[in-house]
Amino acid sequence: MFYREAGDFSTTYAEDQQTFPIKFDRYRYYVVLFIAIFVIPFIINDYWANSLLVPFLIYAIAAIGLNILVGYCGQVSLGTGGFMAVGAYSCYKFMTAFPDLSMFVSVLLAGVVTAAVGVLFGLPSLRIKGFYLAVATLAAQFFLVWLFNRVPWFYNYSASGQISAPERDTFGILITGPNTEAWATYLFCLIFTVGSALVARNLTRGSVGRKWMAIRDMDIAAEIIGVNPLRAKLTAFAVSSFFIGIAGALFFSIYLGAVEVGEVFGIQKSFLVLFMIIIGGLGSIFGSFAGAAFLVLLPVALKVVGVDWLGWPTDIVAHLQLVIVGGLIIIFLIAEPHGIAQLWRVAKEKLRLWPFPH
Amino acid sequence: MPEQLAFTIEVFLNGLMAGVLYALVALGFVLIYKASGIFNYAQGVMALFAAMTLVGIQNGQVPFSHLINAIFGTDVHSFGWSVHSGLAIVFTVFVMIALAWMVQKFVFRHLVGQEPIILFMATIGLAYFLEGVADLMWGSEIKSLNVCAAEGACLPQGINMWIDETTFTAFGYGFFIDNLDIVASIVAAILVIGLVAFAQYTKQGRAMRAVADDHQAALSVGVSLNFIWVLVWSLAGFVALVAGIMWGAKSGVQFSLSLIALKALPVLMLGGFTSIPGAIVGGLIIGVGEKLFEFLIGAPFLGGATENWFAYMLALLFLVFRPQGLFGEKIIERV
Repeated sequence: MFYREAGDFSTTYAEDQQTFPIKFDRYRYYVVLFIAIFVIPFIINDYWANSLLVPFLIYAIAAIGLNILVGYCGQVSLGTGGFMAVGAYSCYKFMTAFPDLSMFVSVLLAGVVTAAVGVLFGLPSLRIKGFYLAVATLAAQFFLVWLFNRVPWFYNYSASGQISAPERDTFGILITGPNTEAWATYLFCLIFTVGSALVARNLTRGSVGRKWMAIRDMDIAAEIIGVNPLRAKLTAFAVSSFFIGIAGALFFSIYLGAVEVGEVFGIQKSFLVLFMIIIGGLGSIFGSFAGAAFLVLLPVALKVVGVDWLGWPTDIVAHLQLVIVGGLIIIFLIAEPHGIAQLWRVAKEKLRLWPFPH
Repeated sequence: MPEQLAFTIEVFLNGLMAGVLYALVALGFVLIYKASGIFNYAQGVMALFAAMTLVGIQNGQVPFSHLINAIFGTDVHSFGWSVHSGLAIVFTVFVMIALAWMVQKFVFRHLVGQEPIILFMATIGLAYFLEGVADLMWGSEIKSLNVCAAEGACLPQGINMWIDETTFTAFGYGFFIDNLDIVASIVAAILVIGLVAFAQYTKQGRAMRAVADDHQAALSVGVSLNFIWVLVWSLAGFVALVAGIMWGAKSGVQFSLSLIALKALPVLMLGGFTSIPGAIVGGLIIGVGEKLFEFLIGAPFLGGATENWFAYMLALLFLVFRPQGLFGEKIIERV
């Protein structure tokens, strides 16, 4: 009734192969994009930007990146926090070493550096599989955090051992540092998020993505039909780390402004992003957004309900949050191992026939 | 004996002791992985939960007192008694068995037949859940755990002095080894012997090994999978309790206790996920390796604190050459 494809004929191959072949989906996507670009920047304020929208956009990029590696290529990684740290620190080095460089370029270069590091740590994946690989990526996590803590060159020999973002602008608009406007930081992140989603979506439905999925489903069979596992796995690591690096760079420069590596990019961050893609749905770009939105919203919602309405102490609410997140993950895995994305698919199926199912 | 060499040997011995503690945690992983194919990330949090429960029972704390106070506006904290630590350990064992039963009933029974990676994620969820429950139940402040002091020392306190003096007269250099480490090694040895004996000579132990070997064959000769899994989780809970007591006595019962699980992972990689001797040998190698590396290379040249990642790097390099670990079963893949 509400969701239907009747009367929606494609007459060219291009029409048939577009990302949203169904008109309803396409228009919904345009509306969301329109609201995100032309409505939200005018009504946004600091609270909304800093506690919800900017972290959501940044986590969405990280989740897309991790989803490419775990959901599409089947290589479980627990090193996300470490790779985000690489993005953050390389962005910081670019920002301070080349003050005239546009922020766009700094962030993208940070992504490139992270991709290189990701390939380096992806090399063992050619020999090691499954749990052994998941644990092996922890080596990246701990080693990188230690490296950024111990080598003063990375934090420009600052006394506190922290890195803090200097003021930089793009097209004359300030986007880092303490004196930024909410709409500017929001739009800057939005550009990267939309760009990442587009690139990821088109990569995953093209030949590269099909190779990744072949490796995920059964690597030996994929090798026999002519997929080069070395190239497939390493491109997955590179692309995934590229996105995660961008997310790390934005997380540091736009969202936090100052970073202490062990606290911000510790192992908890790796798990958080992993949870996002599990709850959202492995192997789905929409799922990455849904998972990121869910886990960004949940703590804020719990805080509003627990602390502001019920007046409980903050530490109890923080512990309850752990219980709820853990419980939700288990419930999701039992009820719907494919996450919110699958729920959405089922809902669409139901809506097609509603209100007259057979 | 030259000073430097003596120092190195001392570091080696201390590494060996630390390795025993790592092996203790790794043991819990291996038990569950062998019997059910679940890679139990929550093992470290189980150790934390067990240690917190033990301290809570010892001190007669009211469970969930913070939450109760917050909801009902009451002011309860403690029952006002303290429990003998032997009795408290027995109670804690019962709590861990109940936990094992609940985990099996509410989580993993519904996930039978899922992919291993889904099961792994479920244990990460379980780890968060348990951590939150433990904090809500007993409060998140750092507690000190003292099992031995209540009944006088478990070991003669002077044993490290004795070692110090004996080695001093023998080699001209006194080795210092922490009392607690000696206790831990002895307990770990007893635990391992006990587990092996249990697996070899009891009916349940044999059933457990049968399940580990082949689920379906075990099922067909009348072994109850549910019972065995509860049993295995209870055993892992017991091992977690022992590890929790050891680590808790060493560094206080606090959140960082759950991070020992992360220390146990490279041990597992090195030893192989399916081998009990592997867990022990791997633990010793990692313990000695990271202490020696920190002492000889890390602290003088790399700015210290290399212990956080050295074990992982060692395991990573090792795995590239032998992907199934030292004692793991050979990985055979078929299309």
